[in-house]
Amino acid sequence: MIQLENVHKSFGNNAVLRGVNLEVPKGESMVIIGGSGTGKSVALKCVLGLVRPDKGVIRVDGEDITRADRDEFLSHFGMLFQGGALFDSMHVWENVAFRLLRGRLKKPREEAREIAIEKLRRVGLRASVADQFPAELSGGMQKRVGLARAIAAEPQIIFFDEPTTGLDPIMSGVINDLIREIVVEMGATAMTITHDMTSVRAIADKVAMLHDGVIQWTGPVSELDNTGDPYMQQFINGSAEGPIEAVR
Amino acid sequence: MNALAPVAGIGRSTLATVASLGRVSIFIAQTLRHIVTPPFYPREFWTAVIAIGWLSLPVVGLTAVFTGAALALQIFDGSARFSAEAVVPQIVAIGMVRELGPVLGSLMVAARVASSIAAEIGTMKVTEQIDALVTLSTNPMKYLTAPRVLAATLTVPLLVAVGDAIGIFGGYLVGTTRLGFNEINYLKNTVNFLEFWDIGSGLVKGAVFGFIIALMGCYYGMNSSRGAQGVGKATKAAVVSASVLILASNYLLTEAFFSS
Repeated sequence: MIQLENVHKSFGNNAVLRGVNLEVPKGESMVIIGGSGTGKSVALKCVLGLVRPDKGVIRVDGEDITRADRDEFLSHFGMLFQGGALFDSMHVWENVAFRLLRGRLKKPREEAREIAIEKLRRVGLRASVADQFPAELSGGMQKRVGLARAIAAEPQIIFFDEPTTGLDPIMSGVINDLIREIVVEMGATAMTITHDMTSVRAIADKVAMLHDGVIQWTGPVSELDNTGDPYMQQFINGSAEGPIEAVR
Repeated sequence: MNALAPVAGIGRSTLATVASLGRVSIFIAQTLRHIVTPPFYPREFWTAVIAIGWLSLPVVGLTAVFTGAALALQIFDGSARFSAEAVVPQIVAIGMVRELGPVLGSLMVAARVASSIAAEIGTMKVTEQIDALVTLSTNPMKYLTAPRVLAATLTVPLLVAVGDAIGIFGGYLVGTTRLGFNEINYLKNTVNFLEFWDIGSGLVKGAVFGFIIALMGCYYGMNSSRGAQGVGKATKAAVVSASVLILASNYLLTEAFFSS
């Protein structure tokens, strides 16, 4: 379970998170939605320890992340970055097997390569892609490689940062379905940030909306269309009129 | 209020300079700690050795051969004013191994390597590859900085040694083909004149300059701001600061080695 309690984070005078409270139960898929620049990525990076909150506590399985052994803690996580964040100096298979080639999960090179190819197949890529470089792949293929890397070490928690940004609607659908399948198959806890409502409906068990630095609404995805929350209504309908100020 | 503005400006720039020095000092301390503590990344180290050492050989060699050749001509012309043309082999040799080999070679490596490291790491930062390393349980300082700094510290002295030899060869070529020196005598004068510390001091300088080059590349890359402009600025700052630090530390090292 992931718990955020009263998490604050500012960058200079810009208070991005102003007391975020959120719980993601084990094995559930939580999707955080919100406009651009509302701090969704910052919240995710706080959980991973990439950004240090100014105030508040973040617990994973009951343990305060600031007190956890960092390597041990991160070995339970997988993350799909918005732009893929693939290492462009390495072959695709070395990207996927990165964690299996070094550190506490290190395996022999051949075995790591086998696992990488199996994960590539799992996300719908041919084995021949393994020996290509990331720059030789299309955006959709890079996302799949990023997804294969995120699941390569069988993590218990997987984060997805804007998984469909920059993809065409068909490829977005493919990635959404893959994410859903993989999360269910692995029984992993998932946290996704997006502003793509199609992704929300495809991936989420629960939805949380971040606005003005706090969680404005949270609930099951089935209640998404019936909520009377004006923030949610405006966001779902993509309306310029409502409590969320639209800068034009 | 306006009368105090220059004082405030001086205060601000002083504080900024002190803060930068502090950040660089912490970066150096972290780098040194990561060089000597496991886990080590030998594959990254050897890749850096090839990129920094082997692939810099052509540029260092060309710089050295033309510098040695020009030096021979200059010394011949200058020493002719007091009929001391015979010292050309000795002065070319000492000039190359003590000063020009280490300094010019390292400046060329700085232009080639500090820029490349800063651009590579800066791009990794703006495309979230550094964040990805962290999420993959890999410390970026240990994985990116430590192998590059260690590789540069060990390979630049070797480049300097090769550059010294090529530079002396450049002087030899000009001396024997254009200035009328006897081949055997030129070589004999060069070898007999040089002492171990002449060469050793140049190699020590090479190690210090190599450390500076990779350190500046990594520091500015790791602190690159967002976007293409941020990476461009980081690259420029890495080359400029590495070059200035090479020249400044060259003076300090020369003072320490030879002032007595």
